[in-house]
Amino acid sequence: MSKEKFDYFINGEKGKYEVVIGLEVHAQVLSNSKLFSGSSTKFGADPNKQVSLIDSAFPGMLPVINEECVKQAVRTGLGLNAKINNYSVFDRKNYFYADLPQGYQISQYKNPIVGEGKVLLDMPYGSKEIGIERLHLEQDAGKSIHDMDPSSTYVDLNRSGIALMEIVSKPHLRSPDEVNAYIKKLRTIMRYLGTCDGNMQEGSLRADVNVSVRKVGDKNFGTRCEIKNVNSIKFMQMAIEYEANRQVELLEDGKEIDQETRLFDTKKNETRSMRSKEDAHDYRYFPDPDLLPLKLEQKLIDDLKKSLPELPDNKKERFIQEYGLNSYEANVLVSEKEISDYYEEVAKLSDKKLAATWMMGDLFAMLNDKGLNISNSPISAKNFAELVQSIKSGEISGRIAKEVFEIMVESGDNPKKIIESKGMKQQSNPKELEKMINEILSKNKDKVDQYKAGKEKLFGFFVGQVMKLSGGKANPQLTNEILKKLLKG
Amino acid sequence: MSNITNQSLSEILESIKSKKISSLELTQAYIKNIENAKKLNAFVTTTFDQALENAKKFDNKPNNEQLLSGIPLAVKDLFCTENVKTTAGSNILNNFIPSYESTVTKNLWNNGAFLLGKLNCDEFAMGSSNETSFFGNVINPIGDHLVPGGSSGGSSSALAADLTPATIGTDTGGSIRQPASFTGTVGLKPTYGLCSRWGIVAFASSLDQAGPMTKTVNDCSIMLEAMSGFDDKDSTSINKKKESYSKNLKDNIKGLKIGIPKEYRVDNMPKEIDELWEKGKKILKDLGAQLIDISLPHTKYALPTYYIVAPAEASSNLARYDGVRYGYRSQKGKDLIEMYENTRSEGFGDEVKRRILIGTYVLSSGYYDAYYLKAQKVRQLIKKDFDDSFTKVDAILTPSTPSSAFKIGEKTNDPVSMYLNDIFTVPVNLAGLPALSLPAGLDKQGYPLGLQLIGKALDEQKILNIGYAFEKNCGYKNEIKKWWS
Repeated sequence: MSKEKFDYFINGEKGKYEVVIGLEVHAQVLSNSKLFSGSSTKFGADPNKQVSLIDSAFPGMLPVINEECVKQAVRTGLGLNAKINNYSVFDRKNYFYADLPQGYQISQYKNPIVGEGKVLLDMPYGSKEIGIERLHLEQDAGKSIHDMDPSSTYVDLNRSGIALMEIVSKPHLRSPDEVNAYIKKLRTIMRYLGTCDGNMQEGSLRADVNVSVRKVGDKNFGTRCEIKNVNSIKFMQMAIEYEANRQVELLEDGKEIDQETRLFDTKKNETRSMRSKEDAHDYRYFPDPDLLPLKLEQKLIDDLKKSLPELPDNKKERFIQEYGLNSYEANVLVSEKEISDYYEEVAKLSDKKLAATWMMGDLFAMLNDKGLNISNSPISAKNFAELVQSIKSGEISGRIAKEVFEIMVESGDNPKKIIESKGMKQQSNPKELEKMINEILSKNKDKVDQYKAGKEKLFGFFVGQVMKLSGGKANPQLTNEILKKLLKG
Repeated sequence: MSNITNQSLSEILESIKSKKISSLELTQAYIKNIENAKKLNAFVTTTFDQALENAKKFDNKPNNEQLLSGIPLAVKDLFCTENVKTTAGSNILNNFIPSYESTVTKNLWNNGAFLLGKLNCDEFAMGSSNETSFFGNVINPIGDHLVPGGSSGGSSSALAADLTPATIGTDTGGSIRQPASFTGTVGLKPTYGLCSRWGIVAFASSLDQAGPMTKTVNDCSIMLEAMSGFDDKDSTSINKKKESYSKNLKDNIKGLKIGIPKEYRVDNMPKEIDELWEKGKKILKDLGAQLIDISLPHTKYALPTYYIVAPAEASSNLARYDGVRYGYRSQKGKDLIEMYENTRSEGFGDEVKRRILIGTYVLSSGYYDAYYLKAQKVRQLIKKDFDDSFTKVDAILTPSTPSSAFKIGEKTNDPVSMYLNDIFTVPVNLAGLPALSLPAGLDKQGYPLGLQLIGKALDEQKILNIGYAFEKNCGYKNEIKKWWS
């Protein structure tokens, strides 16, 4: 396999620029209740129906840490091969906003729960390691709704206080493609761990994107801009493209880049300044006196480590070793835990390689068409395995298999039953086939003569006739052999 | 019967249990006193109907097994009380009716007491004279021109004037002990974490602690027992077994070592305070305690440290009062920011604004290290001073305040001199320790003065015992003429 070369640069008149990207990903922790209150975290409830006195910051209310959220952060940290800090501190980040009832967000500033880690990306030009700077726990804010009333803003506090993990990468990403791969990898890891559902539409995963540019070969980083709160991979990629080119243009014009916070306008496909460094909020961070420092016992961390599921990188290696898949196939099949589970169930009962081919081909195409995912696939893993086995054993041909597959999708039936009831079994009895072929040859004496006189193209015609007569069930390999033998004679 | 209200809580409890008086009669007697004492301005809200109802309920089915059987109690208006307005002495909460009950008050009600009313206090407990309350200043029953101390000034005034048999306050830098000292009553600030902070309007979270204010040390132990206890809704609550402070109260203090810190003899301290301290030492010595000179070298930094840490926390704790979800909202302003500004400008008083400004300043980038971080370090040193001393002594004896009750208006234009009133009380809050203020004598004007006993963390029983022995031998008696009725 020839590896492609990394090739994301911006060419200016004065040189070739490299784009440097770091991400701050906000991942909503999967937990039944909020980070410091007992309110439900379920998505889609009516506004302000999942709000406790704590979330709405009534006088005298106090936060109490939700242990499950702490465990989820530790699991995620372990999944990112990161250092888990036995001692971490919750701080208050102070600012006024209508959807921030306390007037401060409880976050972690100097002492996060998770330290440095790393994530491995599979890029067309080889694998690349992206460093993780830290992961910390913090509260989400509520939601301001500006379009319900022409003169008022409404506030929904259902999200207020939900636990987020902020995962900060090192500035190791170099292209929109790498950002895409990185986000997807984070998402896969967290979904394997069950620590975040990664649902970007519901806002469970969003990111602040830091972008800077520098001439290829420069050791120092350029001045960065932070693009706030981008909630889809596509928008992240568009924002980076726009922002990197904007910065290169400035540099080419001999201008300086202002360190600032920018917003991505998805309608105009451009970033624009939100506030400059001078206007940056002074958040007045200080340790939250309502909460004691979070001290984790090593045993808790060790126990969580032991109970972690197999993670995608390991699973991929195992799939290559155990099932003889190539790297690409293994990558696709481990991309979602549910897919890998499905594959393993199929592979246990059928040919491993053929199963992979059929899953990545017909099954995925069908799911994609119907807007389904593997968990609600109309074909069970067991039935799918039977189908693969029927192909492998020669019971049905690949062409018939596609028909059987269609019927399985519609009916959910077992393939054996379909093959049986529709008489779709492949005709592989040499005597029966010979009888059928002789019949065809005797009906088409003229064509036999032409063939023998050298018109070898007619071989296809005879095969076609066999298939027609057999209703497509004749074993193609056997048909070829017998035809050749009889036409010689 | 007519003078039931000038008895101690424990005496009243006896009368209730022996059916000498009904809970209803008792409640009516207090209501009468309260109605005659409007001049003191001790109450923000009264809950007479509810109290009479509860008293009748008790009398119909008396449960005398409880610590506070059938006792009506007024509490500081910083404790959230379910369906009863809770103002924290502030305009910004002047219409706030909580749907919940603070843990501490709930504990009192679970022990048989019921609410008589809500007591005035300095706005958000920020003050030492009860002059910062939106609902007007409270008057000390000792004299119509005197402040009752603060911030629990409504509590001290009501207690001394027989408007409640006992009460509770909160103490962030001396807000229980100083008013107790100014009114000749007993006040205890418990170990940080002994009483839950859940449902108490927060001032400075790492310092706030609720505690009892009573006429006697025995009463104090009963109230502490009733109000304290672990609460899983407060992350800083201490998880330990509940103690029976009143049952274990004893007056034998023979052999106990009492530390006398030299740093508490401050410049310009009135001679009478010094004499009071000497008197206290003598009483304890005569009771068989051993006096030991100790040093708490960082004491002089306690006040500046306190006035950085407390405003810093307050500036953040008070950010929630924005007029959006509850409380006062200004009708002026064309956008969100102006609404915030007007609401907070009109909702908060000067002292609260002053502390929000100080707190915001000391947490600002560029100043954080010089002020807040340094203050936190000094706080550790102050705590260590106490830890070191408590390897040598059982308790520490100091004056409670550097003066007796001052005149209304005397210090309102001089915040620093007001802050200096807390000089003996704030180190205890910074170290999270328990301390008891006991009435110990009078100054030459006849105003009460208090002495403070500081204990090791969770050593409430010991300082209560010392206080109990002291009280029996001190001979102090509050003689207040009811000039207001």
